[in-house]
Amino acid sequence: MNRVSTFPQESQLRRLLARRKRIGWLWQVVFLLATILVVLSLIVLLYNIVVGAFGYVIVQDKVSPQEIVQTYTDTPEAALHTLSADQYRFILEQNLSKGLLRRLNSEAPLTERSREELYRLVVERVVKPRVVQSYSLVDSIFERDKIFAEAAALPHSRVEFRRWLNLDFLTGKQASVPELAGVRTALLGSLWVIAITVVVALPLGVAAAIYLEEYAAVVANPWLRRLNAVIQTNINNLAGVPSIIYGILGLAIFVRGLEAFTSGAAFGATADGATANGRTIMSAGLTLALLILPIIIINAQEAIRAVPQSLRQASMGLGATRWQTIWHHVLPSALPGILTGTILSVSRALGETAPLVVVGASTFITIDPDGPFSKFTTLTIQIYQWTARPQDEFRNIAAAAIIVLLVLLLTLNAAAILLRNRYSRRLV
Amino acid sequence: MQKLESFSLVQKETSTNTLLNTLRCRLRPGELAVEAFLFLAAVISIFVTIGIVYVLGVETWSFFGRINWEDTNKQLAQPVGPADTRLVVTESGSPIPVGAIIRLDDEIMQVTAVKGNQLAVQRGQENTLPAPHKEKLDIYEGERVVLWEFFTETRWEPQIGNFGVLPLLNATLMTSAIAMLVALPLGLAAAIYLSEYAGPRTRSILKPVLEVLAGIPTVVYGYFALTFMTPLLRMIFGDDVVQIYNTASAGIVIGILVIPLVSSMSEDALSAVPRALREAAYGLGATRLETVLQVVLPAAASGVTAAFIVAISRAIGETMIVAIAAGAGPNFTFNPFEAAETMTGHIVRISGGDLSYDSIDYNSIFAIGLTLFALTLTLNIISRYVVAHFREEYE
Amino acid sequence: MNNGTYAIELQNLNCYYETFRAVKDVNLQVKRNRITAFIGPSGCGKSTVLRAINRMNDLIPGARVEGQVLFKGQNLYDPAVDPVEVRRRIGMVFQKPNPFPKSIYENVAWGARINGFKGNMDELVEQSLREAALWDEVKDKLHQSGLSLSGGQQQRLCIARAIAIRPEIILMDEPASALDPIATLKIEDLMRELVKNYTIIIVTHNMQQAARVSDYTAFFMMDRADRAGMLVEFNETGKIFTNPTDRRTEDYITGRFG
Repeated sequence: MNRVSTFPQESQLRRLLARRKRIGWLWQVVFLLATILVVLSLIVLLYNIVVGAFGYVIVQDKVSPQEIVQTYTDTPEAALHTLSADQYRFILEQNLSKGLLRRLNSEAPLTERSREELYRLVVERVVKPRVVQSYSLVDSIFERDKIFAEAAALPHSRVEFRRWLNLDFLTGKQASVPELAGVRTALLGSLWVIAITVVVALPLGVAAAIYLEEYAAVVANPWLRRLNAVIQTNINNLAGVPSIIYGILGLAIFVRGLEAFTSGAAFGATADGATANGRTIMSAGLTLALLILPIIIINAQEAIRAVPQSLRQASMGLGATRWQTIWHHVLPSALPGILTGTILSVSRALGETAPLVVVGASTFITIDPDGPFSKFTTLTIQIYQWTARPQDEFRNIAAAAIIVLLVLLLTLNAAAILLRNRYSRRLV
Repeated sequence: MQKLESFSLVQKETSTNTLLNTLRCRLRPGELAVEAFLFLAAVISIFVTIGIVYVLGVETWSFFGRINWEDTNKQLAQPVGPADTRLVVTESGSPIPVGAIIRLDDEIMQVTAVKGNQLAVQRGQENTLPAPHKEKLDIYEGERVVLWEFFTETRWEPQIGNFGVLPLLNATLMTSAIAMLVALPLGLAAAIYLSEYAGPRTRSILKPVLEVLAGIPTVVYGYFALTFMTPLLRMIFGDDVVQIYNTASAGIVIGILVIPLVSSMSEDALSAVPRALREAAYGLGATRLETVLQVVLPAAASGVTAAFIVAISRAIGETMIVAIAAGAGPNFTFNPFEAAETMTGHIVRISGGDLSYDSIDYNSIFAIGLTLFALTLTLNIISRYVVAHFREEYE
Repeated sequence: MNNGTYAIELQNLNCYYETFRAVKDVNLQVKRNRITAFIGPSGCGKSTVLRAINRMNDLIPGARVEGQVLFKGQNLYDPAVDPVEVRRRIGMVFQKPNPFPKSIYENVAWGARINGFKGNMDELVEQSLREAALWDEVKDKLHQSGLSLSGGQQQRLCIARAIAIRPEIILMDEPASALDPIATLKIEDLMRELVKNYTIIIVTHNMQQAARVSDYTAFFMMDRADRAGMLVEFNETGKIFTNPTDRRTEDYITGRFG
């Protein structure tokens, strides 16, 4: 046989192989760099948030404390915080409008308030310190001198290191000035919305998953079989629908179509004076429930599928009905898996913003939600609102709110991982 | 002992019946009720889909059916009675063409002929009743939103009757394209690295990083785009080139957002390629790169393609990043450094304000929503089709 | 120097998976242009030894080889030796047919292309397919997917693919175990044809196959004491099957165990 052999010579081959290996090495570096870049982007993202939530601020007082002491007391050298309760009361009476004084007195008479309380009032209402400029953590470290120089140029001002994420931020209500604003209302709103979402989506989702896994497979009727196949495809498709479409659906169905129900009017519960119409926690919760329903179903199906067939056969072999088998054997075994999936879906719902904007989250409310028919805002809505403001200080509290949100999500995910680990250990 | 006795008692009772009777199919109402409930729960998903299609469809229909009224600055020169078919109008204002729909008070008429200041009209159109009208009444000319215009007009200015979705669509496609330029190479490279190169230790570090990246809410990515990516772009390209709000920044960050999606789906596809195929390539003296790029990747092509399509669909539907970083206000531009509102961004901005039902804005978000829904659904179906029909079958 | 007559020499070969010794102390000399068969019960390490010859075990995490595999007097496990280069010279055909999801033509041409083949590719493809006795069956559908062929054809395609890069040795890991009897027969005939140009080492479960096609036979089995595979007997096939020197070999080929 005349054999073709036009392969290169040994030495050429060696050179060729060396080149091929060089190219291979080069690409490996490229792949590695791309992966590092991905990791880096996560690090930068987190870093950017932390840097935004801490840093120097230049605080400027409307009236300097020393000036107040000099004007209203006969001890001009004393510091503001060392004055007596009577002196504070005098300062307040001299500086505040009649209407405001009347309001404060009606809340709690000034004469009965403690010295500390009065001091806080003086600072808040008379000194009125305002953050005029804020800096990121990086600038605070590397451009410290410049910041102090800038502060020195402004009258009644000083530099403070501010942790935007602090206890007051967590427990404070919404406010129009960033340094007084807090996330309590938003946090409560998020929790209320999520509660409704879970209460609605979890039973429905698990029920649908049980049907699809345990009943759909043994259906004989060809029409029903086809319907089951359609349901399955449909669920997969729903999982890919953009969340904002769910928002539009919620707007048309829950906010508008079922207004009587979602506003609470049907139950005689017109919560607060300002009618929320259909734009309530109820509507938001139901909208998010529809959003995570397909995800819960798919996760629950996987968990149910993982239950060994032998368990079902053992149960059926003892004369148990299908439902008895499911209730006593399949569900208990699948429960950790279902819960893990649910927690992950909940963290998805907790991070959603767009559908809530469309459903009509309030952008500014200071009253804590007190039921499913209240107006609401959520953590994510606040982050969005604050990020969209032009002032730097709002970016700072947006960063602080993001940290709150991420910690919440991290806790949820850690719970899911713990659950998963315990579950998988038990299976072995 | 007690239990055993009672058990045998039951047996004694049944033994009086025939064997067939004890084995006969029993109706279990409880079982049936449970099954019915479970079935209904499963059917809800169908209702959700129908709900989406119905709601979007109905409101879109009324969006295209509605007439938008513009003041012609003409007034009635003489009063008209309910039966008159001839109107005398003032000189001022924009001319009214034959065939135009006009409105006086609540009555709608169609113009059949024009002669100087005189209009011949058909009264009581569009289910309105002919009524008498006073002198000096303002005349409005109506314009319908036309489907054709919706997809060809390059301006979106609902207040003055321009309803072109193109600027919004264009911005959506721009951000998505930029996102894909970032996500495809990086996501695929990371997938290849993870599935073909990385050792188990490296994988155990990298996989959670990707999961964390996938779990971060999009509003946080929006913050990242506005406070980090945009300043970075402005630093590189200059403040006068890059606007504060721009599609490039939003697009890049959407890209980062969908990297985990691309890489995890691609990695699944790559690791589904049987080891035998890799061994065959190595057995021929192929290097690792040659094996990966010329054997494994082509074998995983359908899965990787599906990942890309799903990623595109995700990028198109992404909302908060563009709402925060891409800018408000429709702008038909191909410059990625300019602000331009996307479809999703528009929906968020319009619905974030005080939105009154049945206004043109209210209807428009449904029309845009329907476009968005159709686009993403098509992409998702295509990706499913690609996986199902172009998968290489191995034993 | 015996370099001329021996294609491969194994010296004190030990294979490990992590800490487990899978194969111990194998010494073996494989003659050039002959078919050598490795037989033995499951788990006796014969496939591991085969995969050690072209360093395929390198691809399994945790796998390690001690001892020497001499190819033309060169130890293939020398740190300076490149496994890619080794596999180009020592080709392999696997248990299950594993054509690439490419056209028949591309399946054959790919290996040659990456190895810098400069000649007439059409000619090389045709010749390789002819040598693999597949040409007549596929010449009209060279551009169809390799996966469209039947199992036996796929395996011959894999053989064509292996010989297209002109290796000196072809390793076959139970190449016919996934095929029907007729396809198996074709592969066996093909091996007798190929051995004129190549050295072939084949792992097989099937003793009839070993007896029919091979010139030399190595019998492996697992040592009960430490569960490591070891070489029991190596000789001309005729001798092994008619007059084995080791009792265990006799038990195995007469079907008393395994």
